[in-house]
Amino acid sequence: MPHSQLRIVIVGHVDHGKSTLIGRLLNDTGSLPDGKVEQVQEMSRKRGMPFEWAFVMDALQAERDQGITIDTTQIHFKTAQRPYVIIDAPGHTEFLKNMVTGASQADAALLVIDAGEGALEQSRRHAYLLHLLGVRQVAVVINKMDRVEFSQARYETVAHEIKEYLAELGLFPKAVIPISARNGDNIVARNTEQARWYLGPTVIEQLDSFRPQQTSPDQPLRFPLQDVYKPDDRRILAGRVESGRLRVGDTLRFAPTGASAKVVSIEAWNHPETVLSAQAGQSIGVTLDKRIFAERGHVAYHEDSAPVLTHRLSVRLFWLVSEPMQVGRTYTLKIATAEHRVTVEQVTAVINVEDLTSTPGKAVHRNEVAEVVLRSRSPIAVDLAAELPRTGRGVLLDGHDVVGGCLVVEAEDSATANITEVSHTVSAEERSAANGHRGGILWLTGLSGAGKSTLAMALERALFDRGWQTFVLDGDNVRNGLNAGLGFSPDDRAENIRRVAETAKLFADAGMVVIASLISPLRDDRARARVIGGDRFHEVHVAADLATCEERDPKGLYKKARAGEIAEFTGVSAPYEAPEQPELVIDTAALSRSEALAHLLDYVDETLGKASLRTGKELTYVI
Amino acid sequence: MSADLDQLENQSIYILREAYNRIDKLALLWSIGKDSNALLWLCRKAFFGRIPFPVVQLDTAMELPEVYEFRDRIAKEWDLNLVVEQCPPEEEMDQTLPPLTRAAARKTEGLKNLLRNDAYQGVMVGIRRDEQATRAKERVFSPRSLEGDWDVKDQPAEFWDHYKTRFPEGVHVRIHPLLAWTELDIWRYSQREGIPIVPLYFARDGKRYRSLGEKNITFPVDSTAATIDEIIAELQVTRVPERAGRAMDNESEDSFERLRSVGYM
Repeated sequence: MPHSQLRIVIVGHVDHGKSTLIGRLLNDTGSLPDGKVEQVQEMSRKRGMPFEWAFVMDALQAERDQGITIDTTQIHFKTAQRPYVIIDAPGHTEFLKNMVTGASQADAALLVIDAGEGALEQSRRHAYLLHLLGVRQVAVVINKMDRVEFSQARYETVAHEIKEYLAELGLFPKAVIPISARNGDNIVARNTEQARWYLGPTVIEQLDSFRPQQTSPDQPLRFPLQDVYKPDDRRILAGRVESGRLRVGDTLRFAPTGASAKVVSIEAWNHPETVLSAQAGQSIGVTLDKRIFAERGHVAYHEDSAPVLTHRLSVRLFWLVSEPMQVGRTYTLKIATAEHRVTVEQVTAVINVEDLTSTPGKAVHRNEVAEVVLRSRSPIAVDLAAELPRTGRGVLLDGHDVVGGCLVVEAEDSATANITEVSHTVSAEERSAANGHRGGILWLTGLSGAGKSTLAMALERALFDRGWQTFVLDGDNVRNGLNAGLGFSPDDRAENIRRVAETAKLFADAGMVVIASLISPLRDDRARARVIGGDRFHEVHVAADLATCEERDPKGLYKKARAGEIAEFTGVSAPYEAPEQPELVIDTAALSRSEALAHLLDYVDETLGKASLRTGKELTYVI
Repeated sequence: MSADLDQLENQSIYILREAYNRIDKLALLWSIGKDSNALLWLCRKAFFGRIPFPVVQLDTAMELPEVYEFRDRIAKEWDLNLVVEQCPPEEEMDQTLPPLTRAAARKTEGLKNLLRNDAYQGVMVGIRRDEQATRAKERVFSPRSLEGDWDVKDQPAEFWDHYKTRFPEGVHVRIHPLLAWTELDIWRYSQREGIPIVPLYFARDGKRYRSLGEKNITFPVDSTAATIDEIIAELQVTRVPERAGRAMDNESEDSFERLRSVGYM
């Protein structure tokens, strides 16, 4: 017997008999532990209730007292074919989030419908959610057939009704099985008396013909990063391959940065053979041939099949909480491991799951399904859910909580969207030729008091006097205007740096030499600035040891920080992460002011001056 | 064929890495039983050899000597950052609990002390859904108040491998990377990977420990399975529940549920 288990979810309207069906499945396949039935019989007797198979399932005290299933639960059982996990999902409307939790893990679903009542609103809602959650293998079970004397006509009516509904969703049930869970008819054993007219499979036969959900490795590669580890001298990008296949030697490109590098190795611990490839579903770690900036949320792919990079996407969503989703409100959208702040631009349609009609709206309430347009400030790498479900769906968070789930149905490619960059008629080469130098960003990083501002202003003067287009973006100065309103929390500091980097890029695009002077203590923040600046970005470490800086203390800040008046002061109570591979290091503790300036001028001249214009083309192709 | 074990392993590694990335201060609870041994093994895979957080044993001084021996050997060989948290004595437990359940509650209190004193935001626990009915209802990321209370009626939605990783002040999270595994999976995996096992699991004189707990409240069950192969064969046919030898589970109808609702693992 194979060990590989199939996960099935059993859904349906409250009181249509899901728990009874499960109790029966367990008993009739001989999967209950010894003494369990007797134990439940004894419990029922003590409470003066008739024995119910459902009690076997309902292990919790509260459930036994109320006679309902509260949360989704999981139960293991075996047929002669293979082991199963049953996920029981409660039918109460207010317990939707538990139903979603249970159903999303399933390979296949059984939809239970009461023969007398037919497919009520909840049955339809559950069917709709199965479809949204991506459960494609479904069988319908029409229960309580004993109460309608196993009437074939009644069976046909209910079967026809639910089949029509499911077909509209694109779901085609593998079977519609008439059963009596209470009596155990057509579950394991057939009722050959009353249901002689039924020739389809029993519940067990149907379960055994479902297939485990499998992802094909032939799809485009998506490898979203979970984390970056440095266990030793290796730098390992860790994550799970969500689709496709990745091989050692592949060139990967990363969204949203566009960085690219080759896979040198797939790392594995306690693995006898060298791993050469990995495919969908595998949690892996890779090392690359280049030190590119990559972090959690970035998605690796192969050049020829990129995800869409978008700022605006249409999603089909389900809402789980009492506070409604509203147009204009901002939430966090999490797709794979990436998180983005998104604003609800439009509620295009609220879908009535009863008859599948839809109406536009301003809000989406709990348990509703809707089509919504979301807009994000940062570019989101996504796929369409219909093509690559794992990177085409996500959850919405509000504060601490997951409040909804969504599938991407349309994504506006930023490259072709309204915000597509208009191409300039003046080229970068023309600007360089006119100015006599190239545009660029000199990013001066270092401790407070290292001499960044002094050096920046001196460089600006020197370049200006030579007729260069140049301007200083000073960390303190931008905080009065561009970045007024940002504080000193880690998020605000990161945003401060991002804005300065974007501004610097505009200046550099205009042909100027921008001298950005910011402490920018964190490597990751500077790495993001480098991504923004691209190959125009030059990191200059204005280095001076802490003691020297503290002795200089031009603004009296160290004194205040030591006295505890400034919290999180770089070098004193917050870390400074020195650049690992800056383009230039200027040690102001060892060099005089004029020597330091001379070094910097030489570098600028060499990389951005006339010489660089002549050899510019060749330089571009070096590496 | 063990493609199903690969799948379980990959999923657990994904969970471990999510926890390590999203939760600031993390510890792993090591009971030294077969499940948490497998969990340690998975951590070593996830983080390429070394476990980057403390491994905590909630100690009641009531474990069997083989357990302590095993703990000290593995802690050294695997270079674990082992923290032994001494649990408060039985006299300090809720006296309305049945006596054996009271003994088990010591671990809950030990855990609360650990959380209070070391301010952990997340603890990883090697429980499985198939062990016990209330554990079947668990989430992978399961939030708890500081007192350890578990609100089973209002658990977070958890789907598509998106876990709840943000919490208000005073809430900690239990992370359950082995929730989807079965007892049989653990044994097959331990065999495949060669994970060290406390010898008490193997039958001697017709008895073995199927579930390992403190010596005052855990009893060996009848078995002749003296190797992992034999244990696997035994589990294929047995109808005895795994925790049959755990006295506190069976003391009264809701004793285990009462333990869990106030913070037991």
